[in-house]
Amino acid sequence: MAAIKFNLNGKSQAVDVVPQMPLLWVLRDTIGLTGTKFGCGMALCGACTVHLNGQPIRSCVTPISSVAGKNITTIEGLSHDATHPVQRAWIEEDVPQCGYCQSGQIMTAAALLNKAANPTDADIDEAMRGNICRCGTYQSIRRAVHLAAKYHAASNANPATRAAGGAE
Amino acid sequence: MKAVTQKIDRRGFLKAGAASAGGLLLGFYLPERTKLAAQGAATDAKLNAFVHIGSDDSVTLLLHKSEMGQGVVTSLSQLLGEELECDWKKIRTEFAGVDMAYGPLQGTFGSMSIRTSWDPLRKAGASAREMLVQAAAQKWGVDASQCRAQNNEVLNTATNARLSYGSLADAAAKLPVPAKVTLKDPKQFHLIGTSPKRLDTPAKVNGKAVFGIDAKLPGMLYAVVARCPVFGGKVATFDATKAKAVPGVKQVVQISRGVAVVADNTWSAMEGRRALQVQFDEGPNANTSSATIRKTFMDMAEKPGAVARTQGDAAAALTGAAKKIEAVYEVPYLSHAPMEPMNCTADVRADGCDVWTSTQIQTSAHGTAVKVTGLPRDKVKIHTLYLGGGFGRRGGDDFVTEAVEISKAIGGPVKLTWSREDDMQHDLYRPASYTRFAGGLDAEGWPVAFTSRIACPPFGGMRNGVDFTGVQGVSDIQYAIPNIQIEYHAPEVGIPVTYWRSVGYSQNTFFTESFVDELAAAGGKDPFELRRRLLAKSPRYLAVLELAAEKAGWSKPLPAGRFRGIAVVNNIGSFNAQVAEVSMTKGKLKVHRVVCAVDCGQVINPAIVEQQIQSGIVYGLSAALKGAITIDRGRVQQSNFHEYDVLRIDEMPVVEVHIVPSQNQPGGIGEASTPSVVPAVTNAIFAATGKRIRKLPIRPEDLA
Repeated sequence: MAAIKFNLNGKSQAVDVVPQMPLLWVLRDTIGLTGTKFGCGMALCGACTVHLNGQPIRSCVTPISSVAGKNITTIEGLSHDATHPVQRAWIEEDVPQCGYCQSGQIMTAAALLNKAANPTDADIDEAMRGNICRCGTYQSIRRAVHLAAKYHAASNANPATRAAGGAE
Repeated sequence: MKAVTQKIDRRGFLKAGAASAGGLLLGFYLPERTKLAAQGAATDAKLNAFVHIGSDDSVTLLLHKSEMGQGVVTSLSQLLGEELECDWKKIRTEFAGVDMAYGPLQGTFGSMSIRTSWDPLRKAGASAREMLVQAAAQKWGVDASQCRAQNNEVLNTATNARLSYGSLADAAAKLPVPAKVTLKDPKQFHLIGTSPKRLDTPAKVNGKAVFGIDAKLPGMLYAVVARCPVFGGKVATFDATKAKAVPGVKQVVQISRGVAVVADNTWSAMEGRRALQVQFDEGPNANTSSATIRKTFMDMAEKPGAVARTQGDAAAALTGAAKKIEAVYEVPYLSHAPMEPMNCTADVRADGCDVWTSTQIQTSAHGTAVKVTGLPRDKVKIHTLYLGGGFGRRGGDDFVTEAVEISKAIGGPVKLTWSREDDMQHDLYRPASYTRFAGGLDAEGWPVAFTSRIACPPFGGMRNGVDFTGVQGVSDIQYAIPNIQIEYHAPEVGIPVTYWRSVGYSQNTFFTESFVDELAAAGGKDPFELRRRLLAKSPRYLAVLELAAEKAGWSKPLPAGRFRGIAVVNNIGSFNAQVAEVSMTKGKLKVHRVVCAVDCGQVINPAIVEQQIQSGIVYGLSAALKGAITIDRGRVQQSNFHEYDVLRIDEMPVVEVHIVPSQNQPGGIGEASTPSVVPAVTNAIFAATGKRIRKLPIRPEDLA
């Protein structure tokens, strides 16, 4: 097996695994980044959401071979210190309950804000309906995404804050 | 409530009995404070089974409850911190190991964490505080009455000198535990009744929170298990040749429940299982189906059952009633489907066994590990990690048994992971249930008779032929109806069942509150007014009903196309009423708004109460609108979320929570709102369409 190289949270990474192995299990078992969660294995629940070149993808159905040469960002790389606008909003609104789905929720919300700076409730529902939360934090998620949009706008207006961000 | 002096329960304060240093094998699991202690930077003094104080001034609560989202990390810290007078910023929590100091059944279920910790944790805080004060008094050579604890320090009120808890901890730990402590008057509360931010949030937004499935040990292998798809079946033969040929697969071993494929990562183990050739002996349930189960229930419900409650003479009252109505209600099996599938990491050695898992019942996990390994009880350690949802499922120990058996068989540490399909098809389900109701009305349309005959697989505990969980929510109704007869049948149909958020109330409150609505409609009564009249002598019921109705604007007209339903329940020591607002557009149902009024006694953390009410409503709506586990040829037909969908964000109604202020003993909250949302919605559907939903989940054809 030849090593597969990609960029993970801003650093180059090489793994020597079978090419069909989903990115999820490479992250969790091979590399040891367990913030990305296994929920369904069929792209049905969103718990495994990470960013591939800035776009949200389901790592449970993404073969590692398709990631070669690309940029992957996981929850651990969204920011160095939980200062991404979405993380700040999640903390402010105390969104998580059990917390298991929240890495995926946060990654999906972060990608949404990159696309839509000021999303409506309908935008949020559309972007986030693929992310299941069995604790039912949906109402808090809606509130937190709106708050994150405000933080996002403020940090875009302030280049110093932006420079302190994470891998994206 | 007044401040009271209470005797300390000695068993709860075995000073030497505090939890073991659970995380030592797991580098990443070591809390920062313990890590510092290990490096000699700080030491840790045990004041009692719940409280450790570090020389660095940190305060650690040893949590004997599991955190599955319900907020115990925060709310139990509030109970402790209120009496300990510590600095909230210095509170840390660790999940405790199994210890008799926490009682013979150490677990988290029945919405009991606050209810059973309310006294012990406040006493533990007060006791530790008294020991710290005493230690300071001895250092200063003054009487303890001259000293006061506040904000992680003891203050000498005569001299204004201060000593930090950290500097006093070692001396305090050597003092005798006080025989009596005085608890605060609620008027003095500064933490209880407030909503500090959840202590577990920071770790849950950056990927650092360690759930059961995230456990990692040096040299650990990864396993999945092939199980017989039919309940009660077992392995007949298997051939591991092809499984072992899969890259990464290390071993294939038989365990009591199936065949384990062990690999150097989870994916390879799953691939190995796909390649495994295994034949099962399907056993006695191979012909069981949802249809045969339903027939069993129906046949039983034709005949008189064991009497769960009898009051007056229901049969005579029905015969003499001015109007009589009958209805049959039924619900399917349900899966818990927590986001984190079942998993367990075990390390069985000749001299001991360590288990890391997301369990709801530590003593049960411990018991099964002791049984499988044959090791002495004190050589087996359970390390609780965060639970990615529980909902009752993690009260089971089946996944622990499997992991310990695999580790024992391969002679090394192993992490067992269930796929979503494993989780859905080998759950311990919420039982299906079937009931026949009859009700009688007098000439004025008021109920005079109420009967129910329930057929529901037993899952709580039988007494005199009645499973209390099978009838709760029907047999304990408080409606002032003079003649009541509730009967029960216990069908044994081979499908494993257990508690599911709110247990018997999850189906029975739907049954009862729907049929009460039917009685109201049959008698020409407003559903709120009928409930109010029949619950007139139950003030806590009445208060939540009236508050929910008021906040929902029950007496005011709705916008065109909107309809309302109401329901009320008293479960887990709490009361709540809900009003659901729905619309029907082209036969499609939408739940717009749910107003919930709740009385859960003394509130510890209002924000967490609100979260739990919302959470329970989402869980109940998923069941009402979507959830059904069906059986064919002895196996579950649903495999993943495409066949067992749950509520998504675009279906989330606006939920409003109104708390009734109370200084009654705290009630439970985690399971409070799940039962009542279902009939609130189905009663709203009746208001909208005139169609009575008597079977869940709600199907489009029931609305047309």
